[in-house]
Amino acid sequence: MSLLTVQNLRKSYGALKVTDDVSLSVEPGELHAIIGPNGAGKTTLISQLSGQLRSDSGRVIFDGADITEMRMPQRARRGLSRSFQITSILPGFSVLENVSAAVQARSGSSFRFFAPVAAEAGLNTSAIAALTRVGLQDRAAQRAGSLSHGEKRQLELAIALATQPRLLLLDEPLAGTSGSEAERLVQVIASLKGEVTVLLIEHDMDAVFALADRISVLVYGRVIATGAPDAIRADLQVRAAYLGEDA
Amino acid sequence: MNPRIRNIAALVVFGSFAILPLLAQVLGDSFLIVVATRILAFAIAALALDLILGYGGMVSFGHAAYLGLGAYSVAMLSRAGITDLGLHLLGGIAMATPFALITGAISLRTRGVYFIMITLAFAQMAYFFFVSLSAYGGDDGVTLAARSTLLGQPLLENDTTLFYATLALLIAAYLLALRITGSRFGRVLTGTRENPLRMQAIGFSPFPYQLTAYVISGCIASVAGVMLANQTEFVSPALMNWHRSGELIVMVVLGGIGNLIGAVGGAVIALLLEEWLSRMSEHWPLFFGLFLVIVVLASRDGISGLIRRIGGGK
Repeated sequence: MSLLTVQNLRKSYGALKVTDDVSLSVEPGELHAIIGPNGAGKTTLISQLSGQLRSDSGRVIFDGADITEMRMPQRARRGLSRSFQITSILPGFSVLENVSAAVQARSGSSFRFFAPVAAEAGLNTSAIAALTRVGLQDRAAQRAGSLSHGEKRQLELAIALATQPRLLLLDEPLAGTSGSEAERLVQVIASLKGEVTVLLIEHDMDAVFALADRISVLVYGRVIATGAPDAIRADLQVRAAYLGEDA
Repeated sequence: MNPRIRNIAALVVFGSFAILPLLAQVLGDSFLIVVATRILAFAIAALALDLILGYGGMVSFGHAAYLGLGAYSVAMLSRAGITDLGLHLLGGIAMATPFALITGAISLRTRGVYFIMITLAFAQMAYFFFVSLSAYGGDDGVTLAARSTLLGQPLLENDTTLFYATLALLIAAYLLALRITGSRFGRVLTGTRENPLRMQAIGFSPFPYQLTAYVISGCIASVAGVMLANQTEFVSPALMNWHRSGELIVMVVLGGIGNLIGAVGGAVIALLLEEWLSRMSEHWPLFFGLFLVIVVLASRDGISGLIRRIGGGK
């Protein structure tokens, strides 16, 4: 059974159909990439899947349950975690606290008023593990707002990982990173394969073709093709719509 | 704020208050204790406001309502023959909780300036409710027959005892707020102020946490109302006037938001200045305003920002 099934999802802003009858499925364990030209509706689709945006119609089924009507926090608690294209962190918190808060969200009640949270070893240990995974453990005590852009992208990924996702929605994790930073993030994402199911949106085609098990191509809100990377590369319709003559 | 600097500041502030009655005795100025008790009571309310304003990013422009609820709890229970301070405090909390739950649940549907306006509107509704409550003097208010009793004895009739009781409640409220802000709950509250979208994306729905904080804050502020009623032995709707809500915001901003002890210091400085300037000129609010402008321009975090800069902390 698919981990995520999207059925006939739609979203319009006035006459503009941003998501136009999208159906797709994500299988357990796979890394499924969505590519498409600017304005194809990729981020809108991720926002609909994560529950940030309400869909006009269609259904989203996650792990056998219909989550169409659920908001983002509920979906996150079920294991559907997302990262943001535009870095979204808690700038006034330390790097460790950013990740520890995400661990906290998945471990017990947060209606605890007296015990000092900074001293909760369980939260901090898991947070350090997530930071180590993305290579940010040395920055743990630093204020998150003072990180470099590349480091913030790493932190964004660590936060998403710390929620113990079963499906990770990554919205352009490499956006704005330099060559070496991107390389590092690609390595981290590659290391997740087989462990976490990933739905990846990315503009960096080298990264997508290196990482993806399957690729869906989104153009003007419609999925025009889904398949293995080689098949997508060979698909004439995709070439015409997106990859260009010399792809 | 650096915890070390905060602890030192707290020790200095609470320590100075603790020895104040000695000073008053030496100076032979018993009025000092009366002024100081008033300051302590407002400090409790400012602390309560800082909990939601500084940590939760919720600017309540209606916190004077809780002062009034606490004060009227004293008037109403006393008239019913219940005189114990503990029960008066419970009575205040029993009135503040439903008021905060209902008005908070509605106010929290809005953000920013709308939140400010809607909390103001609810407080004004409470104000006019008590204005029209003729059984308790309406607009004129009502004089208390006596202060609350402690252990069945009229101990609080002594100004010094009332002073220490208020100081004890302020310290208790401070320690409680300190624990809350450092807890799991406090982290969710602060994180939501920092970036609500991020908190939702990791699985937190802000509303229940914000509402709980709002109710806790209202309850602490009602404690301040109980003590103010005891200090003046008089209760009137003037206590819940919107000017008061504004003054509470001024105290918190003046002291520096989001570190608790700053709000206490802000209450001390604001009320001392008011006391001092009003003796010098009837146009004292003008000078007070000037002072506020200078502090806010000189330091984004009010007095605590200045102390931090002098102390070299970050």
